[in-house]
Parts: sequence; structure tokens; C-alpha cells
Amino acid sequence: MSISEMNFLQRMLFILQDYGGSLAKGAATTMAIAIICTLLGCIIGFAVGLLQTTEPHKKDGAFKRGMLRVIKLILTAYVEVFRGTPMMLQAAFIYYGMSSVFGINLGMWSAAIIIVSINTGAYMAETVRGGILSVDPGQREGAMAIGMSHMQTMVYIVLPQALRNIMPQIGNNLIINIKDTCVLSIIGTVELFFTFRSISGALYTYFEAATVTMIIYFVLTFTCSRILRAIESKMDGPANFDLATSDTLAFTSGMNRYNERTGGTH
Amino acid sequence: MSEIIKVEHLAKTFGTNEVLKDIDFTVHGGDVISIIGASGSGKSTLLRCINMLEEATSGRILFHGQDVLSGGVDEDTYRTKVGMVFQSFNLFNNLSVIDNCMIGQVKVLKRDKEEARKNAMEYLSKVGMSLYINAKPRQLSGGQKQRVAIARALAMNPEVLLFDEPTSALDPEMVGEVLDVMKVLAESGMTMLVVTHEMAFARDVSSRVIYMADGRIEEEGPPHDIFSSPKSPKTKEFLSRFMGE
Repeated sequence: MSISEMNFLQRMLFILQDYGGSLAKGAATTMAIAIICTLLGCIIGFAVGLLQTTEPHKKDGAFKRGMLRVIKLILTAYVEVFRGTPMMLQAAFIYYGMSSVFGINLGMWSAAIIIVSINTGAYMAETVRGGILSVDPGQREGAMAIGMSHMQTMVYIVLPQALRNIMPQIGNNLIINIKDTCVLSIIGTVELFFTFRSISGALYTYFEAATVTMIIYFVLTFTCSRILRAIESKMDGPANFDLATSDTLAFTSGMNRYNERTGGTH
Repeated sequence: MSEIIKVEHLAKTFGTNEVLKDIDFTVHGGDVISIIGASGSGKSTLLRCINMLEEATSGRILFHGQDVLSGGVDEDTYRTKVGMVFQSFNLFNNLSVIDNCMIGQVKVLKRDKEEARKNAMEYLSKVGMSLYINAKPRQLSGGQKQRVAIARALAMNPEVLLFDEPTSALDPEMVGEVLDVMKVLAESGMTMLVVTHEMAFARDVSSRVIYMADGRIEEEGPPHDIFSSPKSPKTKEFLSRFMGE
């Protein structure tokens, strides 16, 4: 039976049979780029967001203040440029620019990873900045009051809370990255969308190939969003806690009546 | 008793607003000083200036004779010796009760974990919270949070403890449990500086009372003198308003 005689379902099955391997490879490439770049983007975002929320210390000299200002200016420019232009063009700009101006030929992987990470980093920088600002200033004061330095306050108190606050946004970025890697097909990265174009080009079955590819994309993003939810609830920890009694055999849960008068359990 | 903190001609302005004007007073070891006064009289700002959470505009704060504001003492080291308890508790929300009381000891004082844990447990039992070491702050009532906050400050073994309206954010039912802890602390000889609206605490527990009005120290003395025979008419009016309730 030739492909023109098949019905819709048969064509989809045919695509899966003949191109299952390349689809799987494309999906794996897409996922690898999305996950690696979201992680790298997070690191860039945390570094940039942290610097942008740093206030000069009152004892700092003019040089240090000036440096901080210049760094902040550069970072703001980075964020605005990479948020403000399409990633597809950034990909073309960096990939072809590197080879024609500097004579450097980036491989498929390194080009893809550099472009998507830098782009994600620009978005994450703003997210992290928001996450840091959303942590109650009292947390910072509490840390300073026991003698913690700015760095210690950030690392042990503020950033863990900021990270929890921005987890939904990190998830958002991962899902956007899974889908947006498709723009890398412009520089020839063989990811899921590139595979779709090859299949549809070879078989002229656009509708079926699109359906199959969409289903794969959806399975990938849906799985990721469920996993991220699980991570979030793990970060929140259990809703209950055990009382610490010295008698290890005693029941520690459910033994304490909530006292309405005091509002506590004692 | 030896002199720990000496405040000289301290002033603080926010823009054109003069919040503190020419404040002078001394804290000796073992003192329990209550700072009373109407809202907006500068009590909290004074405390925050002493702990350098606000930068004083002028004047000097001497810690064992060393000027803190001119950089004679390292800011972070100074803060480990002058503990602070906040109105809004400010417990670290991402850490359990025990970790709240250990992190400063381990990261700032570089104590080893076992020692820090032992020390934290000692103070947590003192404030009656040793059963709750595994809880996160959000699982505690206001009074419980404040008692943990006191234990956290004590675990750093500070020389002075500053209290910034420690019971003002609490439901009336929980004020008592926090005041009880503070009373025990005062009796054990801890040097304390307490900004408070709890007149009974100021009268019965403190060794000295400072009444502030409009950014100045209006009157200062033993609680008996201030409460029974206030000299300044402002103090008289303030107390009659408060005690009349």
C-alpha cells in the first residue's frame, strides 16, 4: 500500500514506524538542549539578578561604587537586548556572525546551547530579581542582626526563599525552551521540529507529521510540568512536623491538642 | 557594673524629618532598660540605630569605649554581640526552628555543629520550645515564633539584647508567654534594652525606664520614680493616658 492510499491513522502509524528513530532522536536533542539551557540560564539569571539587586555598601569608595554602576549598566543592556529581539534572529546573528567575523565555526551543539542559555538567562535575570525583591526585607534584617555578611545573608536566607518563589517561573522557562528550540532549525540543529520538517518534506504528509510531532511535544512538556510540581511540593516540606521528645518510643504526632485560647499546641 | 554601650549626641534624620535629636544614655552590664513613649517618638529608630540597621546621621555609639559608627569595630562582629529581637519575629522561613538557632553560630561564629546544636537546645529549652525543633516557622503561633526568635538571639551569646516591641504583633493571649520569658531572662542578669508598650513590664521588671517624646529623651530614671512621681509634664500626661486604660 502506498502512502497516498492510506487513511489518516495509517499514515501516522507509518510515520512512527519509519521515522520513529529520528523522531526519538530529535525529541532527545530537544530535551537535552532545553534542560541544559534552562539550568545554564538559571545560573546566568541568578548571577545577574544577584548583582542587579546589590546595593553599594555605605563604606565603599567611589571606585567600587563606579564599578558596580558600570556592571549594572552592562547587565541591564544584556537583559534588554536579549529579551527585546527574537531568538531566531539571535541564533542567526551569533551563528553566522561568529563564522564570518571571527572565523569560528560553532558546532551544532555549542551554538544551540550558547544561544538558548544566553536568551534564557536574560529572562531569568528579571525573574530572579523579582524573586529576591519578593522576600520579606525582615528576613534580611534578621540575618544581619545575627552578624551575617551580605553574601551569607543572600546564600543561606534570601536565595533559597527566592528560588522557591520563582520555581513556577523556572518551570515556565523550561517549557518555553522545549518549544522554542524549534527556532534553532534555522541554523541546522537537528531537533524535533527539524525532524518534522524532514519527514513532511520527504513524505508530503504535513498534517499527519504535524499531529505526531505535536503529540510528542505535548507529552514532553506535560511530563516536565508534572515533575516540576512534584519538586515544588518537595521543597515545601511536609505539612506536619514531629515533636522532639527524648522518649523515642512515645508517639509524637497527634498527642498535642490545639489550644484555642493560646493559639498554640501547648 | 561595667559600661557596655554609650550613646552620645545621637541624631537621625529621614530627609528633613528629625526622628532622633541629641540622644545620650549609657547601658551598663546587667541593666534592663525599658524605652517607652508614644508611637512615632523615635524609640524603634533608636534601637535600629544602635544595631546599625539604620545609619545614624550624627553622634557616637561607643561599644566598650570603641566608636562603632566610625568603623572602629567590625559591623558584623559588633552585631553578634548586640542581639536583636524584632516586632515581626523575622525567623528564617526556609529553616527549621533548630536551624534558625544554629545557622548564625555555625556560619558567623564558626562553632562546630555539635556545639552549636547543644547551645541552641539549651536556649530553646529555656524559652520552652525544645519540643518544636523540627517545625518550620509557618507552623508556629506568633508567641512561639517570638520565643524561638529570642532563643536564636541568645544562642549567639550576645552581651546585650535589644527588643523592638517584641509583643506588639502578638494576639493579647500570647503576650504573656513572651513577657514571661523576658522576665526570666532579666532576672538571670541579661543586659536588655526593651522598646515596649507593656507598662507593667516596664514598671515591674526593668531597672531603668527611659521615656521618649518627639525624638528626645524626656525623662530617665528608676521605674518607681518615673511611674509614681514623673517630673516632666509630658511624661505625666503620657502615663496617665496609658495607665488610665
